[in-house]
Amino acid sequence: MIAHAIFFYFFSIIAILSAIMVIVSRNTVHSVLFLILDFISISCLFIMIGAEFLGMMMLIVYVGAVAVLFVFVVMLMNVSEQKLSWFRGSKKSTHIPIGLIVGFVILLELIVITGGWKYKDTFSETKFLTFDKDFTNTHLIGNVMYTEYIHLFQISGIILLLSMVGAIVLTYRKREGIKKQDYFRQVSREYEDSVKLVEVEFNKGVKLDD
Amino acid sequence: MIEIGLGHYLTLGAIIFSLGTIGIFLNRKNIIVILMSIELMLLAVNINLVSFSIYLEDIVGQIFTMLILTVAAAEAAIGLAIIVSYYRNKGSVRVEEINEMKG
Repeated sequence: MIAHAIFFYFFSIIAILSAIMVIVSRNTVHSVLFLILDFISISCLFIMIGAEFLGMMMLIVYVGAVAVLFVFVVMLMNVSEQKLSWFRGSKKSTHIPIGLIVGFVILLELIVITGGWKYKDTFSETKFLTFDKDFTNTHLIGNVMYTEYIHLFQISGIILLLSMVGAIVLTYRKREGIKKQDYFRQVSREYEDSVKLVEVEFNKGVKLDD
Repeated sequence: MIEIGLGHYLTLGAIIFSLGTIGIFLNRKNIIVILMSIELMLLAVNINLVSFSIYLEDIVGQIFTMLILTVAAAEAAIGLAIIVSYYRNKGSVRVEEINEMKG
């Protein structure tokens, strides 16, 4: 019971502090780094209370995809008012210390969650937290998701497809002066359109203009 | 205080949700931080759903959490695409300068 309290307060205090840092930090890259820290703390919390599959899924989706997408966009648009001398180290950069702090806290959380894994069963002295000892969390989710909620699952797949198409359409840009292969014109080209026989008169030559 | 119950998790969710809301209103820098605040709010909703699912012993809450995860990823992709194309046209994503629609 005391272990549950320690884990809860550790992860939730880190989560709240990093959420505050997301909204108050002046540099956008720092905001993204603290957002990553927030996601990792909450997913550790999910893992410890018994939703292991969702915790791992949050790590993959949020930290692996969404936060990296944010980092890419922030760095591509140069909105964080950073100087060009980022890797050269001539001027002092604030990204690397903040990144090191965030990475260190993440390492600390991983140490806590792996060291405290053996106390996880003591959380469930009260009757909740595991539905059935024989089934894992992933098994339970799969049992329900692919049978009873299969339509919601497919609709979420369609939502992902739509967002992919939408993102491509929004950022697509037609460029001038690029040679491209046009399969339809290539295949539908006829002999009469492309080859012309010219009768060459003697001593005149032929002048082709097109 | 020592006994961690459902209320603690709901309080955590409420705090993170209100931090996300405050982040939307306080923000005057660039619009990406607003998107990050929306992600924080979705995260708080996920915390609520998962803790209810654990404490009420019903797996359906975790199913809905996965659906929210899907929608959050889609929303981040679309929002960032809109921001990229806006930045390409205007050269800035500062919140004060985005006032074409006079909203």
